[in-house]
Amino acid sequence: MEEILEILEKDARLTPEEIAKMLKKKPQQIRLAIKKYEKEGVILKYKAVINKDLIRDEDSGVRALIEVNIIPQKDAGFDKIAERIYSFPEVTSCYLISGTYDLLVIVEGKNIHTVSSFVAEKLSCLENVRGTSTHFLLKKYKEDGVILKHREENKRIAISY
Amino acid sequence: MKISKKVEEIQPSGIRAFFDLVLGMKDVISLGVGEPDFVTPWPVREAGIYSLEQGFTSYTSNKGLYKLRLGLHRYLKTKYGLDYSPDEEMLITVGVSEGLDLVLRTIINPGDRIIVPQPSYVSYGPVTELAGGLPIYIDTTKDNFKLTPEKLAKAIDKKTKGIILNYPVNPTGVSYRKKELEALSRIILKHNLICISDEVYGDLTYDFEHTPMPALPGLKKNTVYFNGFSKSFAMTGWRVGFACGPKDIIAGMTKIHQYTIMCVPITSQMAAAEALVSGKRFVEEMKREYRRRREFVLGELNQMGLSCHSPQGAFYVFPSIKNSGLSSLEFSQKLLKEEKVAVVPGTAFGACGEGYIRISYASSMESLKEALERIKRFLSKS
Repeated sequence: MEEILEILEKDARLTPEEIAKMLKKKPQQIRLAIKKYEKEGVILKYKAVINKDLIRDEDSGVRALIEVNIIPQKDAGFDKIAERIYSFPEVTSCYLISGTYDLLVIVEGKNIHTVSSFVAEKLSCLENVRGTSTHFLLKKYKEDGVILKHREENKRIAISY
Repeated sequence: MKISKKVEEIQPSGIRAFFDLVLGMKDVISLGVGEPDFVTPWPVREAGIYSLEQGFTSYTSNKGLYKLRLGLHRYLKTKYGLDYSPDEEMLITVGVSEGLDLVLRTIINPGDRIIVPQPSYVSYGPVTELAGGLPIYIDTTKDNFKLTPEKLAKAIDKKTKGIILNYPVNPTGVSYRKKELEALSRIILKHNLICISDEVYGDLTYDFEHTPMPALPGLKKNTVYFNGFSKSFAMTGWRVGFACGPKDIIAGMTKIHQYTIMCVPITSQMAAAEALVSGKRFVEEMKREYRRRREFVLGELNQMGLSCHSPQGAFYVFPSIKNSGLSSLEFSQKLLKEEKVAVVPGTAFGACGEGYIRISYASSMESLKEALERIKRFLSKS
């Protein structure tokens, strides 16, 4: 992977000036490269990784992983029906999977009822959906390479040779 | 009670008090740390845990776990084309530090001289003295912190037994290209010196390929090569290093090792063996990260007018602070008190380190950014 991407994936808040210093390039070069990545859709978005478990908020919501079995459509295969599913704002992720079911759909809702009614009233009713199996998420340990824990304190002694 | 004259004569570090000051202060950003900020890669830690679960809690052979020596044999062969017998030419030690002590005690007769280019890692001089030898320091500050063949040749006399070479260098980050090493090696061979080569930062060389001393023509029989897992695999606390060299020297070292240390803790050796198997990808990743930080720190330092040569390895920069008009120690103390940033005064690494400080970039980008911001503020005030 391009080193700029490796850097941004770790910390998207680094400025082009800082990245330029790290890579011994000119800030303008970095700015142009980032622009290009954004335009090509390589870089899609910048966002903070939030540990929602720490937000003592009634509305912080629930998540469910839903296995969906679908009947593929002629010509469009799985893509068309996948699109109908992932277009719902409740759906945060959607993957085509090999194995006993077809789509893995991750749904986020305010509470267990909102998610259940999404499954019952929207997802299951879709014409090409043969069946669903819903798993509610109980605890998140690690997400997208980030271990969801308090920041660890420094364990090294402050000065050494 | 009276302690021995020899130990009494060992100079206590002049900056001990400064270190105590740092350790006693809260909320300090420390750029004074001589170890990686990464934790040991998980597969390696996991191997240590697993070995405990399996009940591996015994001694190992004095030389070290055969599995580990075999792994090292393979590692050195593939990486550098070095061929050391795991049976006779290799010893697993408690970090490179123990190995250095062993080799010096093994080769030194009272009064033998050992050449030490400075600024250098803190232990070389004292350990030489403890072994009954006399360290002969060569000041490298005027030669971009590199030992030149001329200065080496000039420092050698009849009593010179060996030289302690370290590259990439702690504290300057300087390293040597193959050509430069060859020039030094000709003098080493001419005078039949023993070359004690501490290459613990070898895997962290950024601008060119690292060349180990024993890989140079004719040098293997004169060299004791030292390396370890601490820096490149982020395993400082495990305390595992190794020495490779001519079999009579290794046999001598093993003799002392078996009476003093017995063996390196088995858990650490098991973990180290795993590091050789699955650690490469982590080493590469950490190396890329260090290199980026190096560029960042150099860029910032140059921008704020702290002149600094470009280091090729390790994770240190060694800028000059002469323009401040302060001594290394004064500069470090003031910086600590006013901005709560800790660095190591250059004098910790020999008298010729006066006028410099060691900055370690083994810290997260976040801390580096904040610390450099504070240094900038500090400089603009004074």
